[in-house]
Order: sequence, then structure tokens, then C-alpha cells
Amino acid sequence: MNKEKKEKMKIIVCIKQVPNTTEIKINPATGTMIRDGVVSIMNPDDKGGLEMALRLKDKYNAHITVITMGPPQAEAILREAYALGADRAILLTDRKFAGADTLATSNALAGALRCLDYDLIIAGRQAIDGDTAQVGPQMAEHLGLPQVSYVADLQYNQNNLLTIKKETEEGHQLLEVEMPCVLTVLATANRARYMTVSGIMTAFDKEVEMWNADKIDVDEEKLGLKGSPTRVKKSFTKGRKGAGELFEVEAEEAVGIIISKLKEKFII
Amino acid sequence: MDFSLTNREKLFLQMIKDFADNEVKPLAAEIDEEERFPVETVEQMGKIGLMGIPVPVQYGGQGGTNQLYSMAVEELSRVCGTTGVIVSAHTSLCVAPILENGNEEQKMKYLPKLCSGEWLGAFGLTEPNAGTDAAMQQTFAVDAGDKWVLNGSKIFITNAGYAHIYIVMAMTDKSMGTRGISAFIVEEGTPGFSVGKQEKKLGIRGSATCELIFENCEIPKENLLGAIGKGFGIAMKTLDGGRIGIAAQALGIAQGAMDETIKYTKERKQFGKPISAFQNTQFQMADLETKVQAARLLVRSAAYKKDENLPYSVDAAMCKLFASEVAMEVTTKAVQFHGGYGYTREYPVERMMRDAKITEIYEGTSEVQRMVIAAKIFK
Repeated sequence: MNKEKKEKMKIIVCIKQVPNTTEIKINPATGTMIRDGVVSIMNPDDKGGLEMALRLKDKYNAHITVITMGPPQAEAILREAYALGADRAILLTDRKFAGADTLATSNALAGALRCLDYDLIIAGRQAIDGDTAQVGPQMAEHLGLPQVSYVADLQYNQNNLLTIKKETEEGHQLLEVEMPCVLTVLATANRARYMTVSGIMTAFDKEVEMWNADKIDVDEEKLGLKGSPTRVKKSFTKGRKGAGELFEVEAEEAVGIIISKLKEKFII
Repeated sequence: MDFSLTNREKLFLQMIKDFADNEVKPLAAEIDEEERFPVETVEQMGKIGLMGIPVPVQYGGQGGTNQLYSMAVEELSRVCGTTGVIVSAHTSLCVAPILENGNEEQKMKYLPKLCSGEWLGAFGLTEPNAGTDAAMQQTFAVDAGDKWVLNGSKIFITNAGYAHIYIVMAMTDKSMGTRGISAFIVEEGTPGFSVGKQEKKLGIRGSATCELIFENCEIPKENLLGAIGKGFGIAMKTLDGGRIGIAAQALGIAQGAMDETIKYTKERKQFGKPISAFQNTQFQMADLETKVQAARLLVRSAAYKKDENLPYSVDAAMCKLFASEVAMEVTTKAVQFHGGYGYTREYPVERMMRDAKITEIYEGTSEVQRMVIAAKIFK
């Protein structure tokens, strides 16, 4: 970077292991998720974030650390990250982290990040099991770093500046941000690469560092269930919509049908 | 014996299934229809390391096992028999004989580019009059002092025309019979070497199958692979390894047809219920599922023995015999379960049935496998 050009750019990518929700079925009697046989995967937005980091590594020889908080079996996604090209892997795991909502999670992660050296922190926009999109921005707040969410593309400008394409509801914005900063990335930002066979062969020979609550300097009151103000009041399964009507007609006729339907329901 | 998958194998399967479903499957029907060799897939496979799985890292390989290699061929073939055989012929019939019989210079010269996918490999043994009776070689190699001069032709050569490196068997001393056959490495573009007509085939139609023609083809002295007169042994040992690859291909085709049939019979309704609810469907599918799993265990066992440097010729013959016949049975019944739809190209099972047939024929017919197995029983 501009302070010490000879040093490698250091990127930390925060990833999460999630159930593959595209495979999840709901038990219609109880309204709960059937988790049996559902495989766990690396969260898609996080994979997009890791791919963004890997492209910076390809181009600028960056060093990539992946970090996740979760139960011991979350090691699987760190091995996958090694097979994809990450250089260092850390698993934050401790019973004291259990039951964390987004605030307690971001406190724990920020605590771990304070122990590490970085130029850039990348997280996925949101996890498919919670869809909150809060952890990344909260981490940035705890660390006092600039943040850009919904990142679709970036360009590194050699002078510690990133030009970022941020998706918005209307289109996109082009922003310039100085590193260090936090980005939350969309899965659609890029097409994630495949693990290489040699990456898979060596992924299990590398160390996954196990960090517990003692390793990070965060007040235990801010971790796990204790540090989680969120309370689930009620959960329910959305009622099924009835089958829609299908019209296979020309565009012009279709517009007429749609307008009359919307009027019928007093929407317009 | 441990039948469970290692963490490495699980992670590898996650990758290869993903690759097969997202990159290979979408092209399968098209390359079959157009009889088009999928060069773009070969390039992609080279990048992720699928073209040199069981080769040590020092030779540019991935340092993987034959178990992983056979899983790769199975998973690719589950969605596309053509892609499966491209990898199998390349790895088992060209990369393996160089790795197992080549000298250090040959290994350093050829293996890195073959393993990276920059070069594709092929193998030439079969001739118009030397099929199962492979000892009847009529391609000759004459020692011309500082070079070898090859004359003759080979047929039904997989990957021909797209391959850069060919392992070619030729007679160096006819009076010695099989002990007069030697193995050579022939590079694409060598003067006097040309690729003849491409066969039009029943199945694996995206795979290139051509004639090789040698007309006073001069190759350097150092391109002799192994010792003079050892070519027949090299060819037979190479085919032993190749049979694990073809068995894995057959297994993959069978699994692909099972997957399609399970999906279809759950969706297709007749007499008011899905045809998967009929006992005929259930019992037949239970039998087929059992056979596919039995074939898989035979393939795993043969690959395990090869990885452990245990004798595996008979295991390779048994897994190829069984898996290829299971593939034919499963795909034929898959078409039957699909009824009239299965006979059309709207569904992939007719392609799978056409692709399955070759697995009973190439790299030793089923009859040859029975000869190998019987020779062990009655020795």
C-alpha cells in the first residue's frame, strides 16, 4: 500500500457456514424446518466476497485470511476456502459465542479482527439463513472503519483507494473509498471459481487456527446469548399463495390484462 | 476395510459434482447432437486440475489418488459420457503409461503439459486386423540409426485429432511375436503422421474417434517408451488401469440414468398416481439401485488396490465387466420407464443408453474381461 509499498495487501474475508436453504423443506404439520440431510455450505454472498479477494490476490499477490464464527464443524468451509486459494484460516469457536444475534456476532468478529493486521475486510452482504445484512455494517461501526455495502464490483487504484460499484434499488453508484475499510459483497458480483484438485489435496494439511473467547479482548457480557438483545417474539410460516393465472398472449394484450387485474384489486 | 469417504474425497466430490452439473451437463445434449468435441470443457478441466489427478506434484500433477480420478470420471459421465471418456483416455492411456514407464526426461518433458491440459493425450493399439487379438500388430517401427521410422495405421483412437501426444504400439521385431512390440511417444505434427477420418458413432458422439496414419513417420530415438520389445506388456498394463476409468464412466452413466428415472417416475402420473408409486417401478428400481451400488464398490475396490500398489488386473476386469453391463441394463430400463418420451431426444436417457453401449466394447470387450477373470480362476 502507499505506506509501505513492498508489503502485501492484507485482506480478511468473513465467511459463514449456512444450511443450503434451497434444499430446505418445511414440515407442513409443525411449520418447522426439516434439517435432516440438508447439507451445509459456504454462504453464497460470502463466497462472492472470497472470490473478490481471490481476484485481488491473482492481480496484486494479496494475502487472504478467512475467518468464521461457528461450531467446530464450520471448519469445513475454511478447508474449502483453503482449496479455493486462501492463505490463513481462523475458526472462532467457543460455547460463550453460542446464541449470538447479529450484535453479539459482530462484537465477537470485531474483537477477532482487532487482533489481526488488514488493509481490507470483506464480508458477504447477508447470510441465506438469516437475511439480516447487519453483521458486516455493525463490524465496521465497532472498528470505526468506512464501509460500503451491496458491492457488485471493485477496482484497486494502487494509491490505497478503491473504486466501488455499489448496487442500489434504482441502479448503481460509483464510490471511491480509502482502505482500510469494510465491504459487504453480493454473490452475483462475480462467478466464483472452482476449487482446484491440488488445492483440495493440500487444504487438509494446513492449519485452521482455533480461537476461543479468551483470545479476543471483548467483554463477555457482549458475547453470545448474554450480549444479544434480540428476542424472537413469534415465528410463523408464510401461507402459501394460490396458483397464479397464466396468460400466454402478445405483450400489448398482456398489458391490458395486467391493468384490469390491478384495477380489479383496487391496486391502481 | 474402510468404505467411508475421507474429508478430501468429500470436498473433491463437492467440487466435481458442482462442476459437472454447472459446466458439463448444459453442453451434453448439444455436443452429442452436433458431434462436437468440447474443447472449452477440456480447457476448463485443465485449469482446475482434472487432467492430471493421480500424478505426483513434481511432474505437474495434482498429487491425487486413482480413487479421486475414478470419482471424477464417474461424476463427469453422470451428466456426459463424452466428457468422461476424454478424461479417462487422456489420463489412463497416455499420462499413466508415461508416468509408469517413462524415463525422467520423458516424464519432465510430457507430464507437466499433459497434466495442465495444455496438451491432450491419446493411445494407439487397435488396428483394422488387430482388435482383441492385439498381438497381430501390422504397424512397424524400423531402427534407422538415429531415429525410428514408423509405417502403418491405427483405428478407433479416442481423442485423436485433438491430442498432442500419442502412445503408439508398433512391431519392432515380427519374429518375436508379442515380445517384438514396442511403445513409442508420437507428437502431433510429426512429419509422416496424420489423423484420418473421424468415425460417426452410436454414442459418445462428442468424443473424437479417428484413424492414425504413419507414412515413413520419423520420430527421435529418445521417444521409445520403456525398453524395446516391452510394448505389449506396457499396453496390457495400461489397459488394466484404463478399465478402472471406463468402469467409472459406465458407473457414472448408470447413475445419471437412475437420477433421471427417479425424477421422471415421481413426476409422471398415470392412473391417477405417480408411476413411482407402482410396485413394478419400485421393485425394478430397487434392483437397479443395488446393482449400481455394487458396481461402485467394485470400482472403488479396484482403484484402492491400484493406489496401494496391489495387483489389480482382475479387479479392473471385474469392475469394468460388471459396471458396463449394469450401465447397459440401467439405461435400457431408464428408456422403458420414460416410455415414448424416453425414446425422444427431449429427455437425456436415450443418449445415456447410446453412450453406455461402448463401455461394453472399448478397452477390452466384456468377453475379454471374462477371459481375464477366467484365466485367474482356472490358472
